[in-house]
Amino acid sequence: MKIALLADIHANLEALEACLASAQAKGFDRIVFLGDIVGYGADPGACVDIVRAECAKGGKAVVGNHDQAIKRTKFQLNDAAATAAQWTASVLNAEQTAFLGSLPISITEDDRLYVHASARASATFPYVRGLGEAAESLVATTARLTVCGHVHQPALYNMSGTGKVMGFIPAVESGIPMSSMRRWLAVMGAVGQPRDGNPAAAYGLLDLEMNEISFIRVPYDVETAAAKIRRAGLPDILWKRLSVGR
Amino acid sequence: MARSLLEPGTVLDGFTVGKQVHKGGMAIFYAVTHPDHATPLLMKVPILHDGEDPAAIVGFEMEQMVLPRLSGPHVPKLIALGNFATQPYIVYERIPGQTLYGRIEALPLPASEVAALGVKIATALHAVHIQHVVHLDIKPSNIIIHDPGGHAVLIDYGLSRHDQLPDLMAEEFRLPYGTAPYMAPEQVYGIRSDPRSDLFALGVLMYFFATGRRPFGDPQSLSGLKKRVWQDPVPPRKLKPDLPPWLQEIILRCLAPDPDLRHPTAAQLAFDLGHPDQVQLTPRANKLKGDPWTAVIKRRFHPDAYRPVLAREKQLAAQISSAPIVAVAVDLAGQPELHDELRRTVERVMATVPGARLACLNVMRLNMLALDQTVDAAGNSIHVQRLVQLKDWARSIGLAPDRISFHVLESVDPAAALLEYAMVNHVDHIVLGARTDSLMRNILGSVSSEIVQKAPCTVTVVRMARHRTAEAAKPEVAAVGAATAGA
Repeated sequence: MKIALLADIHANLEALEACLASAQAKGFDRIVFLGDIVGYGADPGACVDIVRAECAKGGKAVVGNHDQAIKRTKFQLNDAAATAAQWTASVLNAEQTAFLGSLPISITEDDRLYVHASARASATFPYVRGLGEAAESLVATTARLTVCGHVHQPALYNMSGTGKVMGFIPAVESGIPMSSMRRWLAVMGAVGQPRDGNPAAAYGLLDLEMNEISFIRVPYDVETAAAKIRRAGLPDILWKRLSVGR
Repeated sequence: MARSLLEPGTVLDGFTVGKQVHKGGMAIFYAVTHPDHATPLLMKVPILHDGEDPAAIVGFEMEQMVLPRLSGPHVPKLIALGNFATQPYIVYERIPGQTLYGRIEALPLPASEVAALGVKIATALHAVHIQHVVHLDIKPSNIIIHDPGGHAVLIDYGLSRHDQLPDLMAEEFRLPYGTAPYMAPEQVYGIRSDPRSDLFALGVLMYFFATGRRPFGDPQSLSGLKKRVWQDPVPPRKLKPDLPPWLQEIILRCLAPDPDLRHPTAAQLAFDLGHPDQVQLTPRANKLKGDPWTAVIKRRFHPDAYRPVLAREKQLAAQISSAPIVAVAVDLAGQPELHDELRRTVERVMATVPGARLACLNVMRLNMLALDQTVDAAGNSIHVQRLVQLKDWARSIGLAPDRISFHVLESVDPAAALLEYAMVNHVDHIVLGARTDSLMRNILGSVSSEIVQKAPCTVTVVRMARHRTAEAAKPEVAAVGAATAGA
């Protein structure tokens, strides 16, 4: 069984389609979406429709803070994100809004936990940005593998039997074996708004038989995605950052 | 429940356990059989103490991660991995041959034998390094000389580092892990990413095998381990006066505390060991005494002296690619214009990569039937003349002597000779001129096209532009093959 892991699509249709095409070429059985399907980007409706279609085929999706934000009137988000959330809410149809509202905070499947942010307090979306925050998430769950997003920078953490936590920044695509002697926390890079200096869309593949995870990067048509954001009248920072991946 | 002691006759995932072959500090080895495998197999099972030294387990996890990613004649062939949840084990093909540990009683060995072993081990290290792995525990008991193959096989990847995988060892232990006599100083300080740490360990091994003494003893404390940063070893020629200076030069270079002062790659070390006459000797080649005590004291009491070295931590892949071996084949009878163009191309290649090393080759064609003439009419050695011409060709490139070497190969088949040279010496890039004389090419076939087709590395074929313009002719990059395939 191979599971494609897609986090932080952020309404970037070009990036989402590029990742799906890449995953199809590599082969997968189903997809798990790790939240923030919308927000920032210019194609929220089309992205939600793709996620809904995948969920109808056995895929799973958890909710992200930006997916929740479209229902809010008071925002904890920064200005650009709040503007984007209001705009997103105005362009989604009722079905799409209802779908986002139906998504759970987390999903447990066998010994795996899927969640948008840290497992420490998943409903308030704390970040996992280093060894300390990774340790907080790892001790908050008994899952052998936690998969999350939210940070927009890929990382793979593990905790040994003696409680030591270590981190790793995956640099190449080859599968990383996850020893069954440890518990693991995979932070997926963002499909639609990478922030690790590499503008290529990021997603992952989990191979349950091999017990390996791969962090994959896919170049996509950044210019088109950026132009759409600009045309939608969203804040400049939201399209400018796509080409630098910051 | 996981065990480390297995009764003979136990069947695990289809493997029938036979007798215990070896018991080490961290694992027990059993001979096992499996109906699907005709070759003799070995099963390694970690020794699991409750809550004790976790290194055995972490090392086992590392080996389970690294081994499936290694292939080729210099590593044990992996057959199966056991799950940690039930019974952890690793099954590999049993390598026919003995470890070098068995040779320790016969030390010291003759210098020629030490150099030959050094070439084998450096070749194996290069094969592992280009697969992204630093071994980090090179010592006699982890090296098997394949019988009948004669090549070195490196075993036990429990302390290894794969530069594309999480390093489970790095943050688990406060103290450095390794084998005290062989551990490189940067490894003592916790750096686990530099392939040149393996060259240091190989230097220790060659010193030990050539003299019967370990250069830094067998320290048992961290401060004892750190001593190798400032205390230089007794020059091996003091212990073994008949040791040739070139071998002392190589061994002491391996033992340099600063990795930047060692050979940049295992391939370059193998090259030096295989070409004693080309080793650039420095004053240390003939040293019979250690450094003066004033110098040692100065190093000893500057605790920060090693810090800049540690700050330059090199990553494996970057280190390997920064020091390629470039071979240029010079047809001394060819056109002068092509000679110039060939030289310009080589200059460009060498200027881009300061760690690169150039081997200048010329092939002396031997006759299949007639008796070979090795002296000319005046009685001069043709071989020596060719060397002189090669050196003259390369003079204006202006490379430091330790970056260039000259070789006249003798063969009935020039392409085959060049290809073999490239293979044996881990050449990363071949530069050669295309034969332009169409009559000769028709009769003899094109050496360059055969090399482009069969070379295990990148090949640049330099050709004169057919219609010369005011601009200098551009070299033509004819083919770029997989740089590592078959190397």
